[in-house]
Amino acid sequence: MTDISTGTAQDWNAPEVRSNLRRRHRGERWLRGIGLAAILTAFAVLVILLGSLTASGYKAFSQTFITLDVPVSADRVKPDRIAAANWRGVMQDAVAAMFPDATDAERKVLAAIPSSVAQFAVRDRVLADPALIGQTVTVSVPVSDPFDQLHKGLIDRATPEENRRLKDAEIAAFDRLVEAGKVALRPNWALVTSADSRFPELAGLRGALIGSFYALLTCFVISFPIGIGAAIYLEEFAPKNRLSDLIEININNLAAVPSVVFGLLGLAVFLGWFGLPRSAPFVGGLVLALMTLPTIIIATRAALKAVPPSIREAALGIGASRQQVVFQHVLPLAMPGILTGTIIGLAQALGETAPLLLIGMNAFITAAPATPFDAATALPTQIFIWADSPERGFVSRTSAAILVLLGFLILMNGLAIFLRNRFERRW
Amino acid sequence: MAGWAFLLLAAATVFAYALNRRAADALREDGRRLHSLPGFHGGYAALLVLVPGFLFLCLWLVFQSAFINRSVMAGLPPGTLDGLDSGAVQLLQSEIISISRGQVFGTPEPWKLEAATRMSEMRSTAGWVMIALLALIALGAILYARSRVSAAFRARQGFERIVHGIMVACSVVAILTTFGIVASLLFESLQFFRMVPVNEFLFGLNWEPQIPIRADQVAGTGAFGWVPVFVGTLVITVIALFVSVPIGLFSAIYLNEFASDRFRAFAKPVLEILAGVPTVVYGFFAVLVVAPALRNAGAEVGLPISPNTALAAGSVMAIMLIPFISSFSDDALGAVPQSLRDGSLALGATRSETVLKVLFPAAIPGIVGGILLAVSRAIGETMIVVMAAGLIATLTINPLDSVTTVTVQIVTLLIGDTSFDNPKTLAAFALGLMLFLVTLGINVLALRIVRKYRELYD
Repeated sequence: MTDISTGTAQDWNAPEVRSNLRRRHRGERWLRGIGLAAILTAFAVLVILLGSLTASGYKAFSQTFITLDVPVSADRVKPDRIAAANWRGVMQDAVAAMFPDATDAERKVLAAIPSSVAQFAVRDRVLADPALIGQTVTVSVPVSDPFDQLHKGLIDRATPEENRRLKDAEIAAFDRLVEAGKVALRPNWALVTSADSRFPELAGLRGALIGSFYALLTCFVISFPIGIGAAIYLEEFAPKNRLSDLIEININNLAAVPSVVFGLLGLAVFLGWFGLPRSAPFVGGLVLALMTLPTIIIATRAALKAVPPSIREAALGIGASRQQVVFQHVLPLAMPGILTGTIIGLAQALGETAPLLLIGMNAFITAAPATPFDAATALPTQIFIWADSPERGFVSRTSAAILVLLGFLILMNGLAIFLRNRFERRW
Repeated sequence: MAGWAFLLLAAATVFAYALNRRAADALREDGRRLHSLPGFHGGYAALLVLVPGFLFLCLWLVFQSAFINRSVMAGLPPGTLDGLDSGAVQLLQSEIISISRGQVFGTPEPWKLEAATRMSEMRSTAGWVMIALLALIALGAILYARSRVSAAFRARQGFERIVHGIMVACSVVAILTTFGIVASLLFESLQFFRMVPVNEFLFGLNWEPQIPIRADQVAGTGAFGWVPVFVGTLVITVIALFVSVPIGLFSAIYLNEFASDRFRAFAKPVLEILAGVPTVVYGFFAVLVVAPALRNAGAEVGLPISPNTALAAGSVMAIMLIPFISSFSDDALGAVPQSLRDGSLALGATRSETVLKVLFPAAIPGIVGGILLAVSRAIGETMIVVMAAGLIATLTINPLDSVTTVTVQIVTLLIGDTSFDNPKTLAAFALGLMLFLVTLGINVLALRIVRKYRELYD
């Protein structure tokens, strides 16, 4: 090698060449470092996002319960007028019985500790079994939100009293209950089994979960067949003409239209012109279906395109019609890809909020919907409602609801990845 | 009632299939050579029942409730609706509807009860009429299809023609959606521009939509100039891009040129997780973590940072855009032909020199296209700004101030009380129209750039 470079050849070991090389290598390291820093920033943000949500959300998966022995005295509750009895008084009796030495002021404070549902829980027990009148009913009910926060350590006892949500007397009363062993932290099943409520300790996601389920079901039932039909037509049958081009441009543009515009469409057309019911998951599903359609069409076309032409030619060669080729040979082979794309599209639809807000799925509704046409909320809109609520207890519940939503998204995307890895064929 | 109708339709479809298929089978057993397989005879009959029946049911159900509501409202005692604005009329209508469904609150006036009774009567009559008409349609289709069965009948062609028609109809849904968007936005915006002049909307510098809805409300006089709203949108968009473009771009460069395969296989899905997080979650994150952190940081250095600072919304939006920009840049860099890369390396350039001086310039159109799509996404993004940005439109470009955006205004104007006859509600549609036009323009431009660039190397 050395004898090729003779005479005027570059001296690769000259100091200026070496320093130049060093500079160039330094530039290399810089770019590499900046790139790594950028991607690590993205990772860090993700970790902070999930970390902060988990840190504030996990506390809402448990709830402080209080066990009360409620004496149902025959003076307060008459067998013929059980529902109309003074249940608040009954609860005050229960507190008085628990702390016979407490002053009236203390009793008033103590009576505020159980959630306001406590009296209804007792009432329902007695309504179901009137023989309980004159006996003592033991119930375990959630404590009201401020005390729940206190028990979970979210209220700092060191804060000056006037800046604290619970006064010293309230804290002292609660501590007495804790000492008496009446208070326990239990899993908060109400978070998924009960519907929304004004009281954080009672609020749950049941209505939102069912609403989201109906909306996604509607979305799937509408967008899946229409999307596949449109994709098959465009990919396999459409002649190259103005109409096909128009449809194609349309689909690409629809995929990038802001979601809030779909909400305006739903509000003006589905609610305004067609007179469909407001806040109904069915209407939400319709709007989501229109938004999901482009995703499904694009995924289906890609899946159809991936099926090799030899399959089509072989089928055509033994006399199948073009539709037989597509529906009996190409479509089954493309199905895993189509399902993957559909599930991803539905996962996007599950997290979509803005269009649902515009068609009124942010109403305050305390009952789970029985049909897709009843007023309901959806998971993301419920998150929005709770995030807007002033009560402190809703902060951790919002995070918990987000964790539930993210759980469903991970589940759906995991299913999509599983389908892709398990069934997709490389040709 | 609708459930029964669909059940009837399904039964009729199955029956039509079985009937024609058996008839064709019988012909075949007689020794005739059929043109089409018996299954196609059955399928032809089934579609002949299903398609018209289904269309009929959908149209009927869409228009039934609107028709009933309208005729019940028209049949109210004369004079009841005098002096009521559309909101009150709507309220009255929904009250009558809920009474007719058996949800009675308090003691409604007798005429309301009467209207509700008439409504539920009409509803049950309409249900029966629907089922009868559906049965008639199905019967006609079954008889017609049955009469066509013969050895020479080209059932496969008939079947495939219908299927083809169904597929065309499916693709037209996309066009109809676009048409629906444009029609609804234009229709409501035109009503808005009848109340507020176009000039005032496009060039007005004040946005105060809090006008009184009822006569006794105390509120502003109302001003509908979209400039401050749009400027606020731009401020947040610029902040978002300022943060996300460098991070996304350098991540893409690192992943494309420097990262090992294993790191890449790990990093790409992680970035995709960021892209899959719903925006309402980002919005809550902005409120819960980012805005307080910024405010505290501002307090440390003595900067007055508004609680709804554009910085919080913008930087959280940037997080949402990072994966978007990075994947577009990744694609663009990856699409540069290998020969360019090899040529540059062969000349002795380092990897970074190859990236910066050869690949990047070649990939610029694709990257710009991706950034444009990110811009349109940032402009149209709703939940993050609804939760983290302000409500009051101030004409400012200071990122520490609170600004509002087009999408925030649309949502706040339409949440809650929506009657379609006051400028406050209609203004949301005018904003929606502008939003649609702006994002459509950017998208078309971006797609054109991306496509042109792809052709360059294909």
